[in-house]
Amino acid sequence: MRYLPLTDTDRSAMLEVIGAPDVDALFVDVPPEARLDGPIPGLPLHASEMAVEKHMRGLSKQNLAAADAPFFLGAGAYRHHVPASVDHIIQRGEFLTAYTPYQPEIAQGTLQMLFEFQSQVALLYGCAVANASMYDGSTACWEAISMASRITRRNRVVLSGALHPHYVEVVRTMAKFTGDSIADARPALQAQPDNAGLIARIDDQTASVVVQYPDILGRLPDLAEIAEAAHRHGALLVVVNTEPVALGAIKSPGELGADIVVGEGQSIGVGLQFGGPYLGLFAVRDPKHVRQMPGRLCGETVDADGKRGFVLTLSTREQHIRREKATSNICTNSGLCALAFSVHMTLLGEAGLRRLAAHNHQLACRAADVLSQVPGVTLLNPAFFNEFTVLLEGDARNIVRELADEGVLAGVSLGRLYPDLGDLAGGLLVAVTETTTEEDIHALAAALTEKLA
Amino acid sequence: MNAPNKSGWKPAMNAEGEMMAVSATYTGNRALMLDEPLIFEIGGTDTTGVDLPDIDTPASSRLGNLARTAEIGLPGLSEPETVRHYTRLSRQNYAIDLGLFPLGSCTMKHNPRLNEKVARMPGFADVHPLAPLPTIQGALGVIYELAEWLKTLTGMPAVAMSPKAGAHGELCGILAIRAALEARGDARKVVLCPESAHGTNPATAAFAGYEVEDIPATPEGRVDLAALTARLRPDVAAVMITNPNTCGLFERDFRKIADAVHAAGAFVYCDGANFNAIVGRVRPGDLGVDAMHINLHKTFSTPHGGGGPGSGPVVFSQALAPFAPLPFVERTEDGFMLVEEENLADHHRHSFGRMTAFHGQMGMFTRALTYMLSHGADGLKQVSEDAVLNANYILRSLEDVLHAPFADSGPCMHEALFGDRGFAEGMSTLDLAKGMIDEGFHPMTMYFPLVVHGAMLVEPTETESKAALDQFIGALRSVAKRAIAGDESLKSAPHFAPRRRLDETLAARKPVLAWNSPPQA
Amino acid sequence: MSRYFTEEHEWIDVEGDTATVGITDYAQEQLGDIVFVEVPDVGTMVDKGKDAAVVESVKAASDVYAPISGEVKESNAALEEDPALVNTSPEEDGWFFKLTIGDKSQLEGLMDAKAYAAFVDGL
Repeated sequence: MRYLPLTDTDRSAMLEVIGAPDVDALFVDVPPEARLDGPIPGLPLHASEMAVEKHMRGLSKQNLAAADAPFFLGAGAYRHHVPASVDHIIQRGEFLTAYTPYQPEIAQGTLQMLFEFQSQVALLYGCAVANASMYDGSTACWEAISMASRITRRNRVVLSGALHPHYVEVVRTMAKFTGDSIADARPALQAQPDNAGLIARIDDQTASVVVQYPDILGRLPDLAEIAEAAHRHGALLVVVNTEPVALGAIKSPGELGADIVVGEGQSIGVGLQFGGPYLGLFAVRDPKHVRQMPGRLCGETVDADGKRGFVLTLSTREQHIRREKATSNICTNSGLCALAFSVHMTLLGEAGLRRLAAHNHQLACRAADVLSQVPGVTLLNPAFFNEFTVLLEGDARNIVRELADEGVLAGVSLGRLYPDLGDLAGGLLVAVTETTTEEDIHALAAALTEKLA
Repeated sequence: MNAPNKSGWKPAMNAEGEMMAVSATYTGNRALMLDEPLIFEIGGTDTTGVDLPDIDTPASSRLGNLARTAEIGLPGLSEPETVRHYTRLSRQNYAIDLGLFPLGSCTMKHNPRLNEKVARMPGFADVHPLAPLPTIQGALGVIYELAEWLKTLTGMPAVAMSPKAGAHGELCGILAIRAALEARGDARKVVLCPESAHGTNPATAAFAGYEVEDIPATPEGRVDLAALTARLRPDVAAVMITNPNTCGLFERDFRKIADAVHAAGAFVYCDGANFNAIVGRVRPGDLGVDAMHINLHKTFSTPHGGGGPGSGPVVFSQALAPFAPLPFVERTEDGFMLVEEENLADHHRHSFGRMTAFHGQMGMFTRALTYMLSHGADGLKQVSEDAVLNANYILRSLEDVLHAPFADSGPCMHEALFGDRGFAEGMSTLDLAKGMIDEGFHPMTMYFPLVVHGAMLVEPTETESKAALDQFIGALRSVAKRAIAGDESLKSAPHFAPRRRLDETLAARKPVLAWNSPPQA
Repeated sequence: MSRYFTEEHEWIDVEGDTATVGITDYAQEQLGDIVFVEVPDVGTMVDKGKDAAVVESVKAASDVYAPISGEVKESNAALEEDPALVNTSPEEDGWFFKLTIGDKSQLEGLMDAKAYAAFVDGL
């Protein structure tokens, strides 16, 4: 077995030191009813690197990769170009095969990277402090709600109707167990987000108001008036962002009054990966709230010689010290994805991020214009960043399936996201990034023209 | 042969020709030990390492009144500067690729590079989670195949694949238990955890709305069956036990514990963090487990990446399977399908719901499945046997110099536990750990489990050669002797690392958690 | 003014209807460098024996229990800026909070300085 260095000679010599006749003697505490005679039945035996690679390549080939088709899927996961150097750096063994930096003297590489990552996220979100990452956007969203309930000592949560439905499901699931009451709403196919309806649901028992920005339909809610209403009632505004590239083009949530900003960082550096691992981002605008934050935090300090260094800090919030009184049970987070994000963001810089965002927006505007010309297609929202909703004369979910058979990945149908809401069945979410070409846009337009004729 | 040095100059000689210590360099660097500034100190907001079309405000802007006007302040670097920055940083890290990484209960084993190659195949890495099912049959096939492996290896009938890490898996298991109890109208309030449990156990139980009580342990480091049985009143929802436990011992009475818990109407949650000790050799299903998370980033070799990502699938008994979370993959005549909210009613109506967007850690699934296929049933059995052999070899090679509190309790499993008894006054486990850094090793887990004073938990894993173990044992023996002798130089160790001991008090009293530009002079 | 002590290493000064609460020199010594103190909000009702404040070192967080029941009248704002006061002046400047005494009979059973010193010696 190529990964196991011990030889039979080694094993015999070691058993002699231990004073055991054979390896079975080391498993003597396993009760007889759980002992097995040989390898567990029903599984294959070991295989060569070549054979395993062949098997896995076979499975890989049964998928249609995004690069191999005109591709317009988004809805919380976006395809962006990741520079080659990002993958090179995250494969360096000193990053890839390190553990959580609990011994700071020999983990300054990871710690300094985390400090830089936290700083980048805080700037992007317009916040004071960001943590060292969460699992993904959806779990970060729940953690933000939970944190707001701790701060306000209230437990009513008002969700925007245009929050990603998977995120809503995660919140509903967790709230069943924590006793938070959820005031949610269904999405409506309107050109503008329903701010008035959302604000009307905020009351003096409300702990948090949760708004996605840009929202699930690609619209851009004006957060400032929601923040004002939330604060008037003593509630905190939680803003969820699933496309960080957008923040290169639109105002930051912190600038507009958000108290806690969370999101999915996958767009920068991480890749699609069929949904995971992704990267939960988590930041607060007011540094006073830091001690209620979940997850790890990296901070600056000095060593015994007075040299600058970094450590994990404020750990008393965390499970390994506070146990049942911890702010969250999270332990392992998304460290390597945070590195990928940070490297990609460093390559972009302010200038690159703004150009990337402008390029995404321009291509999305182009796609919206081209698709609007197709008979049977209507653009829903006049304002958007790189994703918008079109209404098709027909069942969008079926059309997406049929187009996939023809090798066009047309977007995410609202029927896929909201199978129970028949009135949304015509909706199709179309995401456009720098990876989308003019030819892709025309391929989609042509396919839709044919399908809707 | 070297050319003769005609000038007679020596690197550490002053103008008078006297030997002197080289104490400072112009850069502050020491040859290959290179300090690196922050990106904020070397990058600029107008510098970029990517080529993109130069588009200013597009004429067709449709951002409403939300177009960004303020500067963000993000520094950029060119590609060569970026690669150098992170390469320099990487060299300040210890990692498994550099040497033995004996963190107890963390299972730092070699990460096979085939796993990395496979995870990057375009059919896995470049696939959208919401793509139409006919275009992602291979991805669903990976999840299905990995699920079958996990069920067979654990002897359990069901598995939830979506939990994102071990602690998320624990939450998944406890929520399924709570859902099962609620479904039978049984509102129990208490979860029992041993004092030696991982901190995530009580944190998870509390998060799920339970009160947490301690399970007493016997002096030999195992659960006290009699005391536990006495506490199993009708208010107990579940017992959370790690097996092998955090003292590195197999819970001999596990089957009896499980039977007693079931007889009391409660459930058995097993923390699977230590599965590496028994993988391929013992099936938790044979021991009466109801739910157990499996850290794919421990037992199944997916990289820890400096703190994640992990992946924590949870196997379930028949009693809990109906309550498992969404989504999961089913095999039908037409291929693989996803069970989600919309087809819940037909397939899985008792599910407690969704724990995360999408389907779990696909990038970890491909790596873990690659690892399993490489080892096979025979290789995995060898994995646990070698892991246990290596730990016992360390235990028996060092018990004459380090206090081994449970050495008489029988063989250890995959990790060896020592305490600080016998150290000189003023010498601590922390000092010994920092001394190990100077020896070129990552220290073991310290001060955990809490039940042993100055605990040191050593988990070598199976991917270490005998030569590597012997060098580690020699180093630990040497440093332990210094701690026993009261060698003061240990108090200020490490001396040779990129940093000396860091001031954690300062970091916590005056938290600096993000870069701020220094005030302008 | 009279000072009492608890077995959880809190001290309590009683002056009229008001009591001032902090942790003892022995307690701060055991905890090490204090990095953060969470004091109760003014107006909070605290119950005898229940957690009222939290004191944190780098690697530990400990609850501070109310020695008697009452309503919090004032908390020590200086601790927010300078938690090290608990180390340098635990029984004076490093006080935690003041409360209005609900029931004076709850003071019975607490230790005086001499009894506390003996209690600490026995640990």
